Amino acid sequence: MTQIKIRNLTFKYPDSKSLVLDNINLDIKASSWTAIIGHNGSGKSTLARLIDGLLMPTSGLIEVDGMKVDENTLGIIHQQIGFVFQNPENQFVGATVADDVAFGLENRQISRLEMEDRINSALAMVGMTKYKNVEPINLSGGQKQRVALAGVLALMPKVIILDEATSMLDPRARQEILTLLKKLKKEYNLSIISITHDLNEIELADKIVVINDAKIAKQGSPAEILGDKELLLKIGVGIPASQQLQSLLVERGVTIPQKYLSLEELKNWLSQQLQ
Amino acid sequence: MNNKIVFGSYVPVKSILHRLDPRIKLIMCIVYVILIFFVNDWLTALWLLAALFLAIKLSNVALKQYWQGIKPLFLIILITVAFQILFSSGGKMYWHWGIMAITQDGLINSLIILYRFIIIITASTVLTATTQTFQIADALAWLMKPLKVVKVPVNQITLMLSIALRFVPTIMDETTKIMKAQRARGINFNSGNILTRIQHLVPILIPLFVNSFKRAEELATAMEARGYDPNAPRTHYRQLTWHTYDIWAALGLGIVIIGLLWIRIIF
Repeated sequence: MTQIKIRNLTFKYPDSKSLVLDNINLDIKASSWTAIIGHNGSGKSTLARLIDGLLMPTSGLIEVDGMKVDENTLGIIHQQIGFVFQNPENQFVGATVADDVAFGLENRQISRLEMEDRINSALAMVGMTKYKNVEPINLSGGQKQRVALAGVLALMPKVIILDEATSMLDPRARQEILTLLKKLKKEYNLSIISITHDLNEIELADKIVVINDAKIAKQGSPAEILGDKELLLKIGVGIPASQQLQSLLVERGVTIPQKYLSLEELKNWLSQQLQ
Repeated sequence: MNNKIVFGSYVPVKSILHRLDPRIKLIMCIVYVILIFFVNDWLTALWLLAALFLAIKLSNVALKQYWQGIKPLFLIILITVAFQILFSSGGKMYWHWGIMAITQDGLINSLIILYRFIIIITASTVLTATTQTFQIADALAWLMKPLKVVKVPVNQITLMLSIALRFVPTIMDETTKIMKAQRARGINFNSGNILTRIQHLVPILIPLFVNSFKRAEELATAMEARGYDPNAPRTHYRQLTWHTYDIWAALGLGIVIIGLLWIRIIF
């Protein structure tokens, strides 16, 4: 089932001539994980903001669950789509963890009684129950991003957009957040759209969309996209470790299956060969 | 964080005052500050001082720590008092030079000002040492509620206030970072006369302002994404409830007021 439908979407800032996004057509399936990758300034963040109605398209159509994104539906759209931004500090509104999670609920006019339950369960989902009354100054970047995620989850959205949400975290915190997201996606049937440069995050996706120069350069499964070394180098995300290993083995005259293998698959293949 | 308290920072210990409702604490502090201006002789001055000492005792924060907090402000107090001594006239004159003179009235006035300064600063430090900033914001929001009748956007003001308070430590951190960055580029903040020192503030303030605006914009987008609409009604997660000990505190305040009035009328 198509959850987000984008047709002929074009966007430019009012005072600029060049298009940020040029005639984008894209379908995103329900409970799927989509990675949007591309250069800095390729328009991928703009696309995410357009989907959430934080910006309005110059022309074209965006539908979320069959509902057109425009000024009248913004309230519902914001409820269905949770957005986690890049900088952990600049999206923390509350004076304490619980207050921050409550912020979105207060906006939805949830009663005080229900709020408490929802805050507790959202904090439990991200493993931050212990920190309920802690102030943001005493949290690490990874913990703040968890709280941001809890704030989003408390509103029970269907889609979560991560706009380089792990890029300011250290590798360990990044891995923890990704593992958490994988688990949450499965448990709550969420759709995830992640905008990222991180190869580990890209590999989690069911579908990868490459945006280059305001257009969709290519879209497809991870195997299709991650196998395309030229494209990956061109957009600057680098080549996955498994691909590097594959080409090094080929250089040394080892015959390897022609298709894309993830690190795990390559490991299994190699150990089979060695037996 | 080090143990030294700065003027206006919260001291996380347990005490009767910490447990009190922030609203009653705020009201007590405001009323107390107003009462200070009714002081006209030794007896009333001592009466209010005794009340303050009781509050300090109940706050479970050592007197020494309060002194640590007030110390940085002491220079300003001393300058004000010195001006008051030298430039006010009236009563018996002890010494004069040009327009400066030390007179009896000047001395009495400066003594009163010294007293008011120290008492007011200490009283507000008692409030901030025992109440977290967001609680004070909540209490202010409650106090401002009646202003809704005259169309004052109380909810927006409260949210602004609490966000501003929430970002104080963040901006402090940022200031330290920028200072380090500018030091790495060769600025020496500890040398030169007062004019060069002020000039050296410019390369701190400009990046600080630019970054704050960027932060504000990102925060606004994040708030919008979470469904914030400044004109829509909102529910409130944090709720204040009155307890019996708040009534005792109000009673205590009543005793202080009546005591002051009684001393003024009788003596």
